[in-house]
Amino acid sequence: MKRSSWKEYQKEIADDRYYYARSCIRQNFFPGSETTFLRIMREALGKDIFDDPRHTSCTGIGYHSDIVPLDTTMAVVARQFALATEAGYENIAVSCITSFGLYTEILETWHEFPETEARARENLFKATGREFVIPKNIAHTSDLVFHNREKIEELAVRRLVDARTGEPLRIVEHIGCHYAKIFPKSGIGGSEFPYVLAGMVEQWGGSVVDYPERRHCCGFGFRNYLVQANRGFSIANSRKKLESMAPYKPDMIVANCPGCAMFLDKWQYALAEMENSTYGADGRGIPVLTYEEMAGLVLGYDPWEMGMQMHQVDVEPVLERLGVKYDPAAKFLGRAGKYIGAPGEAAVNSFSGDRIYRIRQ
Amino acid sequence: MLMEDVRLREGLRACMNCGVCTGVCPSAEFYDYDPRRIVNIIQGRDDDQIEALLRSETIWYCGECMSCRPRCPRGNTPGYIIQALRTLSQRLGLFVESEKGRQQLALKRTIGQHILDKGYCITPRLVAPSQHPEQGPVWKWAVENDTDFFARLTPNYMGAGSGAVREIDRETISEIQKIFEVTGGSAFFENIEAASDAKAREMGFDGASDRYMMHTFSHNSNRH
Ligand code: SF4
Ligand code: SF4
Repeated sequence: MKRSSWKEYQKEIADDRYYYARSCIRQNFFPGSETTFLRIMREALGKDIFDDPRHTSCTGIGYHSDIVPLDTTMAVVARQFALATEAGYENIAVSCITSFGLYTEILETWHEFPETEARARENLFKATGREFVIPKNIAHTSDLVFHNREKIEELAVRRLVDARTGEPLRIVEHIGCHYAKIFPKSGIGGSEFPYVLAGMVEQWGGSVVDYPERRHCCGFGFRNYLVQANRGFSIANSRKKLESMAPYKPDMIVANCPGCAMFLDKWQYALAEMENSTYGADGRGIPVLTYEEMAGLVLGYDPWEMGMQMHQVDVEPVLERLGVKYDPAAKFLGRAGKYIGAPGEAAVNSFSGDRIYRIRQ
Repeated sequence: MLMEDVRLREGLRACMNCGVCTGVCPSAEFYDYDPRRIVNIIQGRDDDQIEALLRSETIWYCGECMSCRPRCPRGNTPGYIIQALRTLSQRLGLFVESEKGRQQLALKRTIGQHILDKGYCITPRLVAPSQHPEQGPVWKWAVENDTDFFARLTPNYMGAGSGAVREIDRETISEIQKIFEVTGGSAFFENIEAASDAKAREMGFDGASDRYMMHTFSHNSNRH
């Protein structure tokens, strides 16, 4: 297959007026990324996007941990469609990859087995008195940033290049499994050549790293992380990816799934503590960014106001390469500039000459 | 009962045992797990073998990543078949017969209960640093200073209104709880509790206590 085959998987993306579906995982680990996404949509792009206080979890993490039955999940998702209908929105912008996969799966199931849709409507009405119209368009929030990547480039204050040499940054893109593996046609580029993040990186001047385990799962595996006894599965899969990408010396990783962004970051911390292994070319960890943060840096937003201090692997090396001016003293301040101390140290961020680049070949 | 599950009807056409699903499966790499074999057992429709699966460790290894779905040349989804098997194993109370199956109680009491109480699968304090050393010192610091730190990034942290990690209003929470009641989600939870309680007693615990729950959450026999 040719590299341009992503063009065969073009999906329709609505241009304006979205109902925003927040993500349990993203808002928990990267609250600043959700805030940044809304800022980009509203302030930079002038879009109408409704942030509804009545929106809840889609139950997706519970559904994929198999404790929430399908009928329950369908009715909860139906409630979200009803909230959008009531507010006058036909397009849904979904922040979570698990939710996005679930919405597309549910719509497909309703289409194929109409009795399941009838049951969801009945259950929702019985429980809440609400009714809904099926949304016209469902997009992941990374689809919307991709869709507006040219406009963002016009507004850019910098490109994804080394500020000193002008060389493009080498960027690993990681796509959440449920973005396109459930329904390849629901994702830009499909499941084999997803282009949603690569398109942003290339548009903004970076270069995309191709490596053997590019499509491997980050290792979340739902119950395989959520239950403490199973976490070996999770860290082993992240390590497999990290070992596969390390020889290509990436400057950073960017992910469109909040879980993946968290695991690829936190497991680097754990691997450095447990095995003294780090995967960055300079002997430290590889910084992991959300695509909202990557877009925000291109637009000149302040890294700490976007919450980039929440990553365990320090992001400063990327900021420095990009020539971002930041205030080191502001990194760990609380609300209204309050001093609240700083986190403890971690091996993944400490550079020492004798521990450099110890990866298994 | 198994064939009533739409995920099974959607996830299984004739399997030709090619093993592509096993080749891409992250669980097959880590565990003694072979999705090809599971699909083959299900298409064989042998009730004894299916019941053995429902009691087994095997069905709990899958990570539901769905990497198998786009690659299967017959359009099967072993991950969907696993979901249907896990649902049935819990409905029949057979999940307590395996170490990995018994973990469903911990998932129900953490993620499940949190959805009913807070409207989200997780909130920062649920990811307690004591249970999550792998989250590292930055997360520990963020949670310990949550009201100061999260509030810098999201203005209504655990408060009323819109925004990330806000408090969800009572009316919305009661709608979610009502949905769980009407759709059988609450009954499913109760079933997990009841089967776990009986099994816990059989194993010498004082019922499905916190101690038993923590045992299911943290014990690993390392025979997987
Ligand atoms: S990839 Fe499909 S056809 Fe091949 S063994 Fe797996 S389920 Fe069967
Ligand atoms: S969904 Fe389950 S069976 Fe399929 S590839 Fe992922 S872990 Fe393996």
